[in-house]
Amino acid sequence: MFDNFVVPDLLPAAPEIFLAFMALVILLVDLTVKDSRRTLTFALAQLTLLACAVIQLVTSTGDVVYTFSNMFVDDLMADLLKLFLFMTVIVVLFYSRAYVLDRDAMNKGEYYVLALFATLGMMVMISANSFVTIYLGLELLSLSLYAMVAMNRESAVSTEAAMKYFVLGALASGLLLYGMSMIYGATGTLEITGIAERLYGGGVNKGVLAFGLVFLVCGLAFKLGVVPFHMWIPDVYHGAPTSVTLFIGSAPKLAAFAIVMRLLVNGMITMAQDWQAMLVILSVLSMAVGNLAAIAQTNLKRMLAYSAISHMGFMLLGIVTGIVGGDARYALNAYSSAMFYVLAYVVMTTGTFGMILLMARAGFEAENLDDYRGLNKRSPWFAGVMLMMMFSMAGIPFFVGFFAKFAVLQAVVAAGYIWLAVVAVLFSLIGAFYYLRVVKLMYFDPPADTSPLTAGMDMRILISANGLAVALLGIFPQMLMSLCAYALLRSL
Amino acid sequence: MSTYPLLSFAIWIPIFAGLLVLLTGNDRNAPLARMLALIGAIAGFLVTIPLWTGFDAGYGGMQFLEVKTWIPRFNVNYHLGVDGISMLFVILNAFITVIVVAAGWEVIKEKVAQYNAAFLIMSGLMNGIFTSLDGVLFYVFFEASLIPLYLIIGVWGGPNRVYAAFKFFLYTLFGSLLFLLALMYLFIQSNGSFSILEWHTLPLALGAQIWLFLAFLIAFAVKVPMWPVHTWLPDAHVEAPTGGSIVLAAIALKLGAYGFLRFSLPIAPDASHELSGFVIALSLIAVVYIGFVALVQADMKKLVAYSSIAHMGFVTLGFFMFSAMGIEGALVQMVSHGFVSGAMFFCIGVMYDRVHSRQIADYGGVVNTMPKFAALFMLFSMANAGLPATSGFVGEFMVILGAVKFNFWVAFAAASSMVIGAAYTLWMYKRVIFGDVANHHVAELTDINKREFAILGALALCTLWMGVYPQPFTEVMHASVNDLLRHVAISKIQ
Repeated sequence: MFDNFVVPDLLPAAPEIFLAFMALVILLVDLTVKDSRRTLTFALAQLTLLACAVIQLVTSTGDVVYTFSNMFVDDLMADLLKLFLFMTVIVVLFYSRAYVLDRDAMNKGEYYVLALFATLGMMVMISANSFVTIYLGLELLSLSLYAMVAMNRESAVSTEAAMKYFVLGALASGLLLYGMSMIYGATGTLEITGIAERLYGGGVNKGVLAFGLVFLVCGLAFKLGVVPFHMWIPDVYHGAPTSVTLFIGSAPKLAAFAIVMRLLVNGMITMAQDWQAMLVILSVLSMAVGNLAAIAQTNLKRMLAYSAISHMGFMLLGIVTGIVGGDARYALNAYSSAMFYVLAYVVMTTGTFGMILLMARAGFEAENLDDYRGLNKRSPWFAGVMLMMMFSMAGIPFFVGFFAKFAVLQAVVAAGYIWLAVVAVLFSLIGAFYYLRVVKLMYFDPPADTSPLTAGMDMRILISANGLAVALLGIFPQMLMSLCAYALLRSL
Repeated sequence: MSTYPLLSFAIWIPIFAGLLVLLTGNDRNAPLARMLALIGAIAGFLVTIPLWTGFDAGYGGMQFLEVKTWIPRFNVNYHLGVDGISMLFVILNAFITVIVVAAGWEVIKEKVAQYNAAFLIMSGLMNGIFTSLDGVLFYVFFEASLIPLYLIIGVWGGPNRVYAAFKFFLYTLFGSLLFLLALMYLFIQSNGSFSILEWHTLPLALGAQIWLFLAFLIAFAVKVPMWPVHTWLPDAHVEAPTGGSIVLAAIALKLGAYGFLRFSLPIAPDASHELSGFVIALSLIAVVYIGFVALVQADMKKLVAYSSIAHMGFVTLGFFMFSAMGIEGALVQMVSHGFVSGAMFFCIGVMYDRVHSRQIADYGGVVNTMPKFAALFMLFSMANAGLPATSGFVGEFMVILGAVKFNFWVAFAAASSMVIGAAYTLWMYKRVIFGDVANHHVAELTDINKREFAILGALALCTLWMGVYPQPFTEVMHASVNDLLRHVAISKIQ
């Protein structure tokens, strides 16, 4: 009965396998570690991620490789996104360390193990070439995140956020699954490349397919957090412990981008007309709601949640302008600009939440806008870092956020959607207001709280490096831009 | 021609000096910060002098060129160069930076390092704007220069500074975002080039030109500022610290006008001709109506701010008559306005530092206690009113002369501003300086010290030099302006 069994090529999935193995090992090791010596767990988790990055670099061939009966794919896009993912998670864990140490309920080994499992889930999503793989990765990520949000058991807000996240996340997964089953019904395959072939061949029931596509897009919109499927974002960002907000707000955007690319671009490019029309609406609504609602916020985490919504809307602009009237000439330019946007956004958002963690200390969450009053008096350097983050998010040069917006807008104009570009810039003008307000609080207002910042040296160095990265990537964006373009060229 | 990358020096020396000043940290090191800032500003000024001495006035194209690839992915280059139009502004900017650092020497006592760093960085960025020959490079400098000015107004400004800073930032950002889209459109139309010089020869249909022209117009009109998008300027001026006002008036306002010559006219010549009547109408409204608005101001800074808008109206008027006389007159007016308005704001700053009021009504009889100051202030007021033998006269006279050839009634309206300008400036001067000593504040005034005298003296020399012997200034711009006019006369429609 095992005649047909072929041992799959494990090499393309080597980082995933290693990470899964190490996560289990760390879980066991952590059982023997006392709360006071949790540093060991932390160090092991970081080393694992570092090793994953090395394995990823070594095993990458640069070609598109399928394995596990075509359910898993390793291409340059996946490699680049995963490397970024490891880097992001490493930085995120560094940022959260002091915060977690200060809070007993969170200072558990599970925190790191869950983070590793979430990372594994994202890796699987990034490399998925089948509906089943995507769903598997997505659920692994989501379940880990639900638990992480609820980790601070004493906090009613966190528990509520976790509950909301779970219910809405489950609904989104349901939508996604429903869409997938429809598409499976229409095409008879779960494999993404297979679906692309069937659709190209024609003779597929258009009605069922379109129906499935709508649900698929809804599910993706939930995971990206774009309007009108954005309701969970502000509550979860606000309610989750800040270190977890940082995690949710950064790395999963990479994975969400990847599954959008896999499902819509790799799988259903022949239906581009249909899903692009849907995404345009989502994108414009997100920019509108995200930017307008952010103005009304007094809580920085909530403000950044709405800002995340608007940024994802902006990123979608790059994806909707790939195919113009059946012409794929602009596809590479458009998709690589969206990818660059996501990477730039992750760098910025990591730094911004990192600043919130830097300001926080035992028993004090620096999450209200007013906590940033007069920061320039307390610490000119970190006020400067935050200033760079804010201007970068607003899309002002010389920071990376400008070139992210530049790349996407350029793709939109190239595709001939001038009106869309005008809408996008008008909403970024509105967006500039609330970023400027943070700068205003830090620089123009007298400090409300003059206590010095207590963060450790590692945190200070890392966040300074993050700030400089935002500036340097803004002055020399070429390398990352061409990396994105090259990776997509070799993958699509 | 020099082998050194002079333009890069002009941009990056102030910026790195600014970063260095930032490193001096808190106010304990304030003297060091000031000294470093002054050295940086002077060094930045000295490297621009070879631009003047080494400039080939007979050649109308770009000189001191530097080209390096920057972002090959979008064919963006680090492409710098100056012609007779932009060269003067680089030098003016570097010169004003020295003035500004000196102007804040004793006055700014808080966050000295950040204050000086902001000005130095902004000076470098603005040199970048004047010398960029690549659309993206230009835009990056154009927008990045908002950040330091936003901070300068917001941190060191007056009581209503937050409102003014936001208004300034959002207004200008609004203008520049549409400009960005215009750049991208040109990038697509030119098959992937961001080179401004290549865009100059790019054929474009009239419809496209008109849209481009309007996008440029919004960006530059806000920056100039032209009526009716000028309302941010009085707020920004009133709330900004003296140094901020000087830079704003002397340099920042020139950016918009410069943009017209670098972008609007050569890239969309047919649309420029088509819409010139519209721009001239806006300019005349600025010249006449804003002149009357200036007349009724009770706040000296506001008065000079409105007078700046009126003077810049002359500049845009000069541009859109498409004659060498008009454009050269406008350019002379821009340089002259840099000296004169800078000096006017500094004079008001001198009084404000002593009395802490900008209201005309709080003064009177200042000549009794500050005779040296009154004499110098008189010179600048006369220059602001356009008295012959001062630099203010040359530009206005040339523009009016150009206007007479263009259309008598336009010239008539423009010339009426000479009267209005004299009225508001000299009336303010009379109320502030002459008469009896108004109150004990004025009675206790001390005359300007050596530092203030040196600053005003330097500006006075420039004003007089340009007024008596303007030829060196017009000489360098002649060839470039003629090239521009020849270019604009040829239709781009194919």
